[in-house]
Amino acid sequence: MIAIFITAFFPLLKTFWDSFFSFGLRPGIPKRFIGFDNYIRLLNDTRFMTSLINTLIFTAISVSLEFLLGLITALILNADFALRGLVRAAILIPWAVPTSVSSQMWKWMYNDQYGIISQILYKLGFLAPGTPILSDKWSSMFAILAVDVWKTAPFMALLLLAGLQTIPSELYEAARIDGASGWKQFTKITLPILKPTIAVALIFRTLDALRVFDIFYIMNKAVETLAVYNRHILMDRAFTGAWFGYGSSISVVIFLLISIFAIVYIKSLNLRFD
Amino acid sequence: MIKSYKTKKRISAFILYILVIIMLIFYIFPFYYAISSSITPNSELFSRSIKLFPKNPTFKNYILVFTERPFYQNILNSVIVAGATTILSLIFGAFAGYAVARLKIPGKVAIMSMILAVSMFPQVSILGALFQILRSMKLINTYPGLILPYIALNLPLTTWILHNFFKEIPISIEESAAIDGCSKFMTLWRIIIPLSAPGLVTTGLLTFIAAWNEFLFALTFMQLPEKYTVPVAIAMFSGKTFYELPWGQLMAAAVIVTLPLVILVLIFQKKIVAGLTAGAVKG
Repeated sequence: MIAIFITAFFPLLKTFWDSFFSFGLRPGIPKRFIGFDNYIRLLNDTRFMTSLINTLIFTAISVSLEFLLGLITALILNADFALRGLVRAAILIPWAVPTSVSSQMWKWMYNDQYGIISQILYKLGFLAPGTPILSDKWSSMFAILAVDVWKTAPFMALLLLAGLQTIPSELYEAARIDGASGWKQFTKITLPILKPTIAVALIFRTLDALRVFDIFYIMNKAVETLAVYNRHILMDRAFTGAWFGYGSSISVVIFLLISIFAIVYIKSLNLRFD
Repeated sequence: MIKSYKTKKRISAFILYILVIIMLIFYIFPFYYAISSSITPNSELFSRSIKLFPKNPTFKNYILVFTERPFYQNILNSVIVAGATTILSLIFGAFAGYAVARLKIPGKVAIMSMILAVSMFPQVSILGALFQILRSMKLINTYPGLILPYIALNLPLTTWILHNFFKEIPISIEESAAIDGCSKFMTLWRIIIPLSAPGLVTTGLLTFIAAWNEFLFALTFMQLPEKYTVPVAIAMFSGKTFYELPWGQLMAAAVIVTLPLVILVLIFQKKIVAGLTAGAVKG
């Protein structure tokens, strides 16, 4: 317990504290108390605002796509077919691959000269040959979304599958006898029972998506998320000038944003912990 | 009537298999493509055609990865950091989880919510402060400098999952141990730990995978190429010149670090799923 306090809460408090100062990491830059100035500056920082919007767009699209795909995957995995166990294990592979590795794997597939996805898109006429997918803001946003969905939909699917398996099959049999269609069974039985599982899965994925760093950092420089911008200010610029306090204020904003989402989610879905 | 029912059933089974195959291709193809690229010679790799299979497979890329860069050292770093994190998290997590599961301490709910709160933490929010702290302790570019934050990140989940496992063990076993003269510590060591071995394996695996895959802290706290962990080494992969990235080598490296994880996942699939759902669904 104490260890968690020292290594997690203390740095967090320090970050709060630092965000009210103007200072850098290079020696010789005096630390000055400036109150809320850093936060006021954030409001006028277009790069910050853009990264905030990017993060929100990414979160909204990735979580909904992952949920949809995860649900479809879970429903397929819940059906009866040969080698089901093996297929379930295989689904876990994208989840286990380190993000930096999967980012590079996909970056190679997106390569503008030799990548397989680019080649296929050129052949199909969706893209002019030689167009770099990862240098345009929107195409790279969608390219990155594809990677994230690929990587995390299996996780979502497994959580949902665990929920699906708790539903007694008698319920479906009774519904079938009553003449309920497949769709009706799905909306009237599956979804309501699955609701708590869905809630938890959505919370976890949203909080993850809001702090996304690895994929964006590795794949391109055309779109920036909050975490990427934050690290840039904290690490790259803090050694050149009085940027560290400013970076800390971004960290605080990210922390608050995630806390708000967590609280709203938990309250609105009426989840009870413990 | 019966016949049409049968055909209907056959059609739906057929559709199901098609769906399974599409799903499998979607989830496995990128990994397959990485393997295939890693054994493709450069002359084929860098051609403008769709290449699903190498015509002249070669293992040259695998040799080059180890001879041209400190990749061996990077793997060793990852093994040390992820291994130490796993062992230490398990030890601390076992004590903490046991304490929460058994002892009647006031504010248990508060403690558990706190633990959950930490697991929802945005890492980047403590990045700067942690960097300052580690720097003042002269831990940047050292193993402990990475292991300490990793333990902090993983301990909440470890405690949480182990607490769930410990709760399942009937308290009467411990009481009889106490009557036989076992101390609290001995009970934990001799009875609880062996009984919860499956839980420890699951938790250990999840911790190991998390520590093996972590990127942000590794990138920030290990700043020398020979200190990089595997994910950072792969992210920072570069060629001799700026313009030619050795994709074949990069894919070989990707396969090397992913294969052990894939094997672990295939072997322990059931345990991992159980651990993930215990960590997520129950709380």
